[in-house]
Amino acid sequence: MEQLDLVIIGGGPAGLAAAVSAWDNGVRSMVILDREAKLGGILEQCIHNGFGIHRFGEELTGPEYAARYIAEAEKRGIPYRLNSMVLDLKTDPATGLKQVTAVSSSDGLMEFSAKAVVLAMGCRERSRGALNIPGTRPAGIYTAGAAQKFVNIKGYMPGTRVVILGSGDIGLIMARRMTLEGAKVEAVCELMPYSGGLNRNIVQCLEDFNIPLKLSHTITAIHGRERVTGVTIAQVDDARRPIPGTEQEIACDTVLLSCGLIPENELSLSANIPLDPVTGGAVTDQYRQTAVPGVFACGNVLHVHDLVDFVSEESALAGKSAADYLQGRLPDGGTLDIKGAGGVRYVVPQKLRLPASEDLRLYFRVGAIYDKVTLTLSCGEKALAVKKRPKVVPGEMETFIVKKETLGNLSGSLTLTLSQEGGIA
Amino acid sequence: MTRKLTCIVCPMGCPLTVELEGKKVLSVAGNTCPRGEKYAVSEYTAPTRVLTTTVRVAGGTEPLVSVKTTAAIPKELLFEAMEVLNSLTVKAPVALGDILAENLCGTGVSVAAGKSVASQK
Repeated sequence: MEQLDLVIIGGGPAGLAAAVSAWDNGVRSMVILDREAKLGGILEQCIHNGFGIHRFGEELTGPEYAARYIAEAEKRGIPYRLNSMVLDLKTDPATGLKQVTAVSSSDGLMEFSAKAVVLAMGCRERSRGALNIPGTRPAGIYTAGAAQKFVNIKGYMPGTRVVILGSGDIGLIMARRMTLEGAKVEAVCELMPYSGGLNRNIVQCLEDFNIPLKLSHTITAIHGRERVTGVTIAQVDDARRPIPGTEQEIACDTVLLSCGLIPENELSLSANIPLDPVTGGAVTDQYRQTAVPGVFACGNVLHVHDLVDFVSEESALAGKSAADYLQGRLPDGGTLDIKGAGGVRYVVPQKLRLPASEDLRLYFRVGAIYDKVTLTLSCGEKALAVKKRPKVVPGEMETFIVKKETLGNLSGSLTLTLSQEGGIA
Repeated sequence: MTRKLTCIVCPMGCPLTVELEGKKVLSVAGNTCPRGEKYAVSEYTAPTRVLTTTVRVAGGTEPLVSVKTTAAIPKELLFEAMEVLNSLTVKAPVALGDILAENLCGTGVSVAAGKSVASQK
């Protein structure tokens, strides 16, 4: 068994930023484990541009953004093992050490004993099975990310006439990509009355190519025996139930699913790390430390981000925190709960570790589109900070920064509430 | 004439309001940076896009290399540019930043590799 200070699970943007930051804060005994043959994670297949505006002040493609972080890791000589799939994570109750079990075809079963672990496994796509779409089981149904890998990495076209279910960013990006490669995208159907994707992607991926975005629509059946031959779509009501009489047949040979991302937390569960039922990621404090001391989480395994720039930022924080933990520098004065209310679906972090010596940055998402809102962070009856926003939308992660001066002498729990004049509809 | 559009220069997606007289842009509002104004003017006079796609690699460890145009090209040339790049095969090794094509469709814009692909052993 290899004894290390830090094991980082995942070599995508989160794992790389955490590793570089941990190294820069003094950690040397460490390894990154990744199941793929290359570092960089999902960025490798995201060949479109728009990455890095916040982090580097320029627009990069996914592989270019990954290359910058891989170069930083290589420059420091940070050790990593590829083609290595982590199977299990456990904490030894006697020593507090973390046991990481991984496997690779070249090294067989590997065991690591680490003082700290950073969880950076990312997320995966919601599949047809999870969506329960009725119909037959023909070939031609892919998640948008799987299709993206076929087109951008392998050089295969998954089909020629496409209907996309879900208007998340990957679905929008793939609508453009398939169109540029010669396919006809018949429609993008979105169950909700608004798109979950970035505005700019609706413009440059759909409007540029006259691809219809059908809001409040879903696929009610998939047709075809060997291969998809078409789908039935229908409009949905406020309760997202198909409205009888609105059905429409669209002939196609391919269905792409872009219906949400789910943090990949099987390892966190095996380590008995409590998860937030809304984010699907671990419950953490402002240092991104989970309820298990010495285990940190960051990036899309913690909560699904819109922009990789913020994954890097959060992961650098988690990496620094792991270094601080290893050197006994993290405070330990107990924690307070942080909750969302009145339209705030979730808040990350979910805990404030005391004493709070730095400004607190809260990240949150709302459950619907709201105009002219007031956001209030309160502790009991006392309002700690109040901010106004012209507009908040579910597709964009929001931040709320609280000055450290207001975080002294707190007790009970903190609540971030969204309110509108006249109340929330 | 007043037109509303969403800025696509970066993921912020600012909502822009443009005052037009025919094809002439009189004013732009709603942008948070100067690039937004530039985008609105170009969108109503000569819309352009950066094209990202892939190019086939012969003898490499991977079959494709991701590429991007080094500047935005006219929007109406996107499909013509795709045809040119889909008929191109480059030889491994390819290094990130290598120029794989020049003067794409007569635009004067080059095409650069977005990643490195090593030669097959």
